Amino acid sequence: MARLAVEVPTVANGGISEDLTQITWKLQPGLVWSDGTPVTSADAKFTYEYCTHPEGGCAQAARYEGIASIETPDAETVVITFVAPKPNPYQAFVGGTSPILQAAQFANCLGAAASSCNEQNFKPIGTGPFVVKDFKVNDVVELEANPNYRDPAKPAFATMTVKGGGDAVAAARAVMETGEFDYAWNTQINPEMQAQMSAAGKGVLLNGFGTLVERIEMNMTDPSPALAEGERSTTKHPHPILSDIKVRKALSMAIDRQALVDIGYGSAGRASCNLVPAPEMFASPNTDCIAQDMDGAKALLEEAGWTDSDGDGVRDKDGVKLKMVYQTSTNPVRQDFQVIIKAWWNELGVEVELKNIDASVFFGGDAGSPDTFQKFYSDVEMYANNFDGTDPEPYLAQYLCDKIPGPDNQWQGENINRFCDPAYDALVAELAKTSDMAERGKIAIRLNEMLTKDSYVVVPLVDRGRLSAASNTLGGVVLNTWDTELWNAQDWFRVK
Amino acid sequence: MLNYVLRRLLIAIPTLILISLVIFFLVDLAPGSPASEIPLTVPPDVREKIMESLGVNQPVWVRYGLWMKQFFYVEPLYGIDAMFGTDLAQGAPRLISYSSRVPVFQYIGERLPQTLTVIGTAYVLAVLIAIPIGIYSAYRQYSWFDQIGTFVAMIGFSVPTFFTGLLLIIVFTVNLHWFPSIYNTSLSVTDWASFKTQVQQMTLPVITLALFNAAEISRYTRSSMLENLAQDYVRTARAKGMGERTVVLKHVLRNSLIPVVTVIALGIPTVFGGAIITEQVFKINGIGAALIGAIQVNDLPVVQTIAFLTAILIVLFNLVADILYGLLDPRIRYD
Repeated sequence: MARLAVEVPTVANGGISEDLTQITWKLQPGLVWSDGTPVTSADAKFTYEYCTHPEGGCAQAARYEGIASIETPDAETVVITFVAPKPNPYQAFVGGTSPILQAAQFANCLGAAASSCNEQNFKPIGTGPFVVKDFKVNDVVELEANPNYRDPAKPAFATMTVKGGGDAVAAARAVMETGEFDYAWNTQINPEMQAQMSAAGKGVLLNGFGTLVERIEMNMTDPSPALAEGERSTTKHPHPILSDIKVRKALSMAIDRQALVDIGYGSAGRASCNLVPAPEMFASPNTDCIAQDMDGAKALLEEAGWTDSDGDGVRDKDGVKLKMVYQTSTNPVRQDFQVIIKAWWNELGVEVELKNIDASVFFGGDAGSPDTFQKFYSDVEMYANNFDGTDPEPYLAQYLCDKIPGPDNQWQGENINRFCDPAYDALVAELAKTSDMAERGKIAIRLNEMLTKDSYVVVPLVDRGRLSAASNTLGGVVLNTWDTELWNAQDWFRVK
Repeated sequence: MLNYVLRRLLIAIPTLILISLVIFFLVDLAPGSPASEIPLTVPPDVREKIMESLGVNQPVWVRYGLWMKQFFYVEPLYGIDAMFGTDLAQGAPRLISYSSRVPVFQYIGERLPQTLTVIGTAYVLAVLIAIPIGIYSAYRQYSWFDQIGTFVAMIGFSVPTFFTGLLLIIVFTVNLHWFPSIYNTSLSVTDWASFKTQVQQMTLPVITLALFNAAEISRYTRSSMLENLAQDYVRTARAKGMGERTVVLKHVLRNSLIPVVTVIALGIPTVFGGAIITEQVFKINGIGAALIGAIQVNDLPVVQTIAFLTAILIVLFNLVADILYGLLDPRIRYD
């Protein structure tokens, strides 16, 4: 759906060049900013320069990756040329997180000045249905209807207030129980409270699924503290236990994913065996892992030579105990999951040591800390990740051999599992060259399966949806998990 | 007296420098990184650039020096500029929050009004309630009034505010619909209707906090009064034929107030520091909520600045308490 463009450019309508190196956007004629001045292609070009400035620290810089130049032949035409064929060119200027800035407003905010442009950063001029009247950091945003909105009949509301602070339960309560607010997003509350709040009858809980998957990652390298610093969890030492696929598979088989969903997420989650659960064309139909198979898992471990020879309840092989350190970030749902999974693995004959780390450290990426998820100083770890937009290519490309974190790259790689398979690398390279969507879907499914059901390096648990709360008096709400939840606020109205 | 105050202020300078060092380095050395707030979907090279633009990668001494300069030199200049419309700061880089990129002092400025209104009102109310209760409880020790006062104080002191706050919300907001559960910081009082709304939204958090504070202060007043009531000078005053009112309110109260004044004066900085839990419960989004939010996302400049401002206030109010001793008790002389 094109918002500011006349239509979405495709190869068929000539908007994308045959060799996939160029995309041409045509702006709708007569489009104006909220201050009444015209939106031009120069604004788009400026936005590109703004976000790719080396000193700006722009968080969306990845969206402009691979762009060779942006030309503006006339005021309504934006031509983006890529350095190489780009099968998915809908990155720059697409979606709520890649807006076009008004060049006139941000002209003095390039580079290092970006962070000191307070007025601009907190009251940007845009083309949306509302304009910012007041912005109090981490507290409240006051919005007013945009008098210059492109559809004069919209929006239906004269003002909108966005309130921050508090927690998910309080936000849900304000919509579902007290009715003080009309809409709340990210209301991740436990299934019991979901039922209780829905019973109050003031609102409904909406859920939709995106690409966020809670998963257990297997460490393919040895995290043993006996190894020297700089050798631990590096490719120099393969994992003594988890290198065996049978052990990885058995650990996955012992998990009852539906039980985890019921305990932690309720309607906001569903059991998943896929790393890429959506969009449909990229998602594998694989459901092998859904049913728990404790006996099968035990048999598999026996087959792999892990038996309980000394009768202490923990399996061993060649004098090595089957013991796992299982880490994750501190979060009530994750600790529940840890305890339950530990019980299943204990039943399997695996000794499990649980560890939880404050999220600011775990995800902090500090090369000096032993507790980051990248360093992975444990056997298995659990967290959630997703990908931006609808194209899983960059996400799947994280598992390339050369993206393994290690001391030589300050532990900054994205291949957390230290998975390395030349066949996988070759397939990722092929994906980058493929432009046919059906073919891309097939390759993505294959890649996903190589990581999950073929190798059990990544053990997906729960496809985590979004849970939002909407008042019964608010009409027109459509939950869209691919963009900001306010994506269609122009269509919202009051139900009488 | 003036000499004494000056001397104390001078001593405060090295104290505060020491405190600033401890705060800065403790917060800085704590594990965690602002990078944890950048979504995992952002690739590592972009992540690195963001961190660089924040200035996080500079050595800790450089950042400490810069922080001190911004705190004591640049920010006051901006303050003067804002008040008198001058341009002394000339665009010098301000102290900026890592997570929101807003100047820290502007952030605190946005947060201070609601903290002062709500937490300040609760504190004043607590003092006004607690002192008379403390006096009467001591004067009529073990009477039914004292028993009830003790009971209420025990509850107020031992039940945590997140429990009382939530209880009040469930009773008065969810069930009775009398008061809102969410504090509207944009509300400006212009007429009676908006004043009424303001009072309504303040009611629940003020009750929650006042109960907690009053419990503490009333206990201090009571025990201090009890101690003095048994003194010889009280008997002497009564023997002179003075009325009970004069004995209790003039002689005993004045002597009993010294420890109470310490407690009250040292409680005032916490009013500025906000009430972390109560602010979270009622979404007041004041200083306390800003502090806890900043700690969660490793927004070091905000944490360090709020902690240091609180330290300055504590040093100041310590001095205020010492001066008040001299006024209450003529035997205490500082010259």
